[in-house]
Amino acid sequence: MNITIAHLHKSFLVHHRLKNLFDDLSFSITFQHVLALLGPSGGGKTTLLRILAGLEIPESGSLTVDGKNVRFDTKSLYHYRQKLGVVFQQQNLFPHLTALENVMLPLTVVQRLEHAVAKKKAEEILDQLQLSAHQHQKPHQLSGGQGQRVAIARALITRPQFLLFDEPTSSLDPEMKSEVLELIAQLRSFQIPLVLVTHEMEFAKKCADQVIYLANGKMIDQGATKHFFSHPKTEELKRFLELTRGVDHLLP
Amino acid sequence: MTFLKEFSLRKNRLLWGSIFLLSLITVSIACNFVFQASMRNSFSKWILVGHYRNVFWHGWLETFFISVTALLLSCFLGALIVTARRSSLKSLRLLTLLIIEVIRGTPLLTQILFFFYVVAHGIGLQSRLATGILILSFFSSVYIAELIRGSIEVIPKPQWESAKAIGLTTFQTYRYVILPQALRPLLPSLAGQLASLIKDSSLLSIIGISELTLAAQQVNAATYCTLESFFPLALGYLILTLPISLASRLLEKKLIL
Repeated sequence: MNITIAHLHKSFLVHHRLKNLFDDLSFSITFQHVLALLGPSGGGKTTLLRILAGLEIPESGSLTVDGKNVRFDTKSLYHYRQKLGVVFQQQNLFPHLTALENVMLPLTVVQRLEHAVAKKKAEEILDQLQLSAHQHQKPHQLSGGQGQRVAIARALITRPQFLLFDEPTSSLDPEMKSEVLELIAQLRSFQIPLVLVTHEMEFAKKCADQVIYLANGKMIDQGATKHFFSHPKTEELKRFLELTRGVDHLLP
Repeated sequence: MTFLKEFSLRKNRLLWGSIFLLSLITVSIACNFVFQASMRNSFSKWILVGHYRNVFWHGWLETFFISVTALLLSCFLGALIVTARRSSLKSLRLLTLLIIEVIRGTPLLTQILFFFYVVAHGIGLQSRLATGILILSFFSSVYIAELIRGSIEVIPKPQWESAKAIGLTTFQTYRYVILPQALRPLLPSLAGQLASLIKDSSLLSIIGISELTLAAQQVNAATYCTLESFFPLALGYLILTLPISLASRLLEKKLIL
């Protein structure tokens, strides 16, 4: 799949002052399975993902997905979003619905499938992701990791054109992190491309086939994962990779 | 879970216990009054007022009709006001805010007088009953709107975003995601507001709508029996308001996550 961005501008109001985040951001990237968006906090990863998800509208610039230009009017975005699957950091699930009902909602409401058909599909996907045991539980009865896995199931159920995950493990403790990361690694078998914002460097290294590095609203580097990690282009990127290697190497 | 259940059972027992105790006290006070009255007039006053039971009955029916109609209308208007208040048009938002402030900042009695003598006459609205229902609904809808808005705005942002992201329209987002979550915290305050609306309907007696309060006043004027006229009046309102608070309690339990 290919994502091309050209001359993107996006600013935010910070304390009543307009602050530029993206000032003429352009790139084009092609990947098969997983594209990882890496970079320091506040560098624009999440905003970029939200623009890709049709949840944020840039002031100017263009977004092209697989050769199709995305139009940023309300109606076009509404149809565009229906073809995507998004998972946020937390509170993805609707607390008044069970896991199964959460997964069914896009089918029954958006795609207007019959209840029985939707239920069967939802049960299938929950079974595939080893979540059948929890299907009748409400979100507050699920652990953080189970909740995120159900959210991923809900994103998958519509067979979207591609998936967008915004730091899906950052609010979880280490044990649950690994259960969600394992699931994300399994997603390859679904053959749905995934754009992933993450701070898990080791995971990105193993799982992503292409990487984009964003800092201060600028794309510093992009490329195949192997090359990206072994031959960092700039000093800044080198430092970032050093820092995120964890604390292990600092110990004697 | 069992602990929670036990706790709610105990709470239930406490509730029914207090209701029983309260009714016991009420009945005994009432008996006392009745006893004292009968000592003086040997029930004659009650029998006298009893002749007017039809007046009470018609008054109560009128109050019931006004309450139910105004209740439905004010919920509908309240939803409309919330929509306007949350609209993307700034002028509409400001206009709604102005209406809300004016209605909340003036007494209901003033609004009744103003609407009845100025507006209704101005637009040629003849029916007192329709006028009364309209004022009451309008007054109550503003409060209901603010209650609804409050319960909608506490719902966390990721819920809206998730709904948007799975492709729901704004209407579907409210219908399937926001309102089901907003309803539970809304119920107790909404029930309180609806009970207020029923009680506030008594003020409509001022423009000569023959509801329960006016009926009781008429009976009192005809018989000079104060206690015997106004005791049924209070009872008549309780019969309307108690079921509402009970129903809200039951619904609240049913909607627990």
